[in-house]
Amino acid sequence: MGILEVKGVGKRFGGLQALGDVNLSVQENTVHAIIGPNGAGKSTLLNCLIGKLIPDTGSVMFDGQSVLGRKPHEINQMGISRVFQTPEIFGDLTVFENVMIPCFAKRDGAFRLHAFESVPKEKDLVQQAEEMLTEMNMIDKRHMHAAALSRGDKRRLEMAMCLVQQPKLLLLDEPTAGMARADTNNTIDLLKEIKEKRDITMAIIEHDMHVVFSLAERITVLAQGTPLVEDTPDNIKGHPKVQEAYLGQAH
Amino acid sequence: MLGLNSKDTSLLLVVAALTMLAPFILNPFPEGSELAQFNAGYPDLMQRFVIFGIFAIGFNILFGLTGYLSFGHAAFLGVGSYGAIWMMKLVTLNVIPAIIMAVIFAGLFAVVVGYISLRRSGIYFSILTLAFAQMSYALAYSVLTPITGGETGLQLKSTDNPIFNNLAEGEIGRASLFGMDMRTSFELEAGAWLFTFNVGYYIAAVFMLLAFYMSIRIFRSPFGMMLRAVKSNQNRLSYTGLNAKPYTLAAFVISGMYAGLAGGLLVAMDTQVGPERMFWTASGEVVLMTILGGAGTLIGPVLGAGMIKYMENIISKINDNILHQWFAWMPDGLEDFTVFLIHPFIGKGWHLTLGIVFMLVVIFLPGGLVEGGQRIGRMLKGRKKTSGGDGDPEHHPKPAPHVAE
Ligand SMILES: Nc1ncnc2c1ncn2[C@@H]1O[C@H](COP(=O)(O)OP(=O)(O)OP(=O)(O)O)[C@@H](O)[C@H]1O
Ligand SMILES: [Mg+2]
Repeated sequence: MGILEVKGVGKRFGGLQALGDVNLSVQENTVHAIIGPNGAGKSTLLNCLIGKLIPDTGSVMFDGQSVLGRKPHEINQMGISRVFQTPEIFGDLTVFENVMIPCFAKRDGAFRLHAFESVPKEKDLVQQAEEMLTEMNMIDKRHMHAAALSRGDKRRLEMAMCLVQQPKLLLLDEPTAGMARADTNNTIDLLKEIKEKRDITMAIIEHDMHVVFSLAERITVLAQGTPLVEDTPDNIKGHPKVQEAYLGQAH
Repeated sequence: MLGLNSKDTSLLLVVAALTMLAPFILNPFPEGSELAQFNAGYPDLMQRFVIFGIFAIGFNILFGLTGYLSFGHAAFLGVGSYGAIWMMKLVTLNVIPAIIMAVIFAGLFAVVVGYISLRRSGIYFSILTLAFAQMSYALAYSVLTPITGGETGLQLKSTDNPIFNNLAEGEIGRASLFGMDMRTSFELEAGAWLFTFNVGYYIAAVFMLLAFYMSIRIFRSPFGMMLRAVKSNQNRLSYTGLNAKPYTLAAFVISGMYAGLAGGLLVAMDTQVGPERMFWTASGEVVLMTILGGAGTLIGPVLGAGMIKYMENIISKINDNILHQWFAWMPDGLEDFTVFLIHPFIGKGWHLTLGIVFMLVVIFLPGGLVEGGQRIGRMLKGRKKTSGGDGDPEHHPKPAPHVAE
């Protein structure tokens, strides 16, 4: 049993069957990529995983519990963290505060009225946050406003915010979409570095084959709302069905 | 000290010193001199400074931290006032139970209004709060007359007989704190100067300092950090596992309780209340105070409240005769012309002056009076320090989401 089990998921938008009958199993401590051409249903699938969309059919189980119908904060509390296509951070807060917030969320849950406590007095959490920032090479920027960071640093910060929660599953939504080749390579290096340092389960939604082949251990190819094949990167590369799906697109 | 870092402690001590010495500081001009009308050190106005300071400090916890712009906070001020006066009419003339009652009433009402209004954000949230406040005003004015006294409002009467006070037949009760009458004042004559120390003012001032202290604690707490996160990026907040709703509701209720405290203190000072206290202009005023002083800053709302109450009470008192006296040294024609030019800005025209000041501040000092103060401070320091992250975001106020947007 994988940590994430998607069974028979289907989703219609009006007359369009965006997802047909998706079965997917993400195993613990692997990097699992979901790729597919434009309009294959990758974003729709991801939105079903994080509670933004509710599928018409099928089930999505995470760690033995259904995620369907839960709010985003509840899904995070179950152990799923998410990295967005454009980094979502707290721009008005300092880098340090950005990392402290997920620490509080992990320890105290979705809400706690800690109105008369003081942030610096939470020694354990401060230490966690500082270690995370050190690991990301951002400790010298801890007092900066997050909005003032470079794009690459924003991505690192968002990653730090997710990792500091030690998620059971890290979801990445096209982490390199719209990036220049150099930025793409930096992101790939960052992800590889993260993977080497810890046991982590990642699911990456990607359009860019280059990113996927250098990172993933398992790849699912999605086309027209249904998974075509699921295999290792080496086997996927030469797979005729994959070639067809990608080449069949009007590029 | 008191769980504050050294910078906040000194801010608190400075504010404490200023409020305690206010009767001196606000009366810089000798009695009977021409400038004496600019003196603000009389009890009624000093009480208003600190009470509306409390109102604005509370409003800032909601608006300054979360960015949710309530346009109906006067409703909580009003509900608090009604709660307090009933406590005095029925139970005791001691102001403490009345003030506690005011805070509880306003807090409960804020739970209801906040729970419903926070289903929406942005302009829809503002409109919902405005609708609630106007509804409260209309109800207090008409249907609820048996409880609110309708148009004439409520005041202590000779027929009131609070159970814990032994009033003589026909005696009108007076608000007191364990026997100390709120209206008692001590006067100190020093040469040409006259200083007034009023019991009511000092009680209100102590409450203001408490309120200010709690607001600093909230600003520096993890809770305050979450509220700033709500304002910054709600999407990230929910994907970080935090539920924005209870955080904003808690901020809303806390700021409603601050408003209730202010309402209770108003009653403690003058033992009367009318529905106009909940009118929408009163809600708008606290928005102006907060933005004028600097939304999201610690001291800004107090400065804003002081500035507006000063203009309302002092500039509105100036009339053409006074202007003629001031400009008597000019040739007659020029004197009349100058008075003619200034005339629209004084007396009832103080609103115009306030409007212009407000516009100037919003355009040139988006961070409010606090930003002005910081700029002056930086200029005095010889521009040595360039601004930048010193790890203290509240002290770098950004343009707040303004009312007109
Ligand atoms: N909210 C929606 N309403 C209607 N149709 C939608 C909606 N969201 C997606 N679709 C359609 O569903 C299909 C799958 O879309 P989806 O965004 O999941 O594809 P994708 O694999 O993410 O593609 P891309 O690589 O372009 O991001 C597309 O044909 C799209 O037009
Ligand atoms: Mg997509």
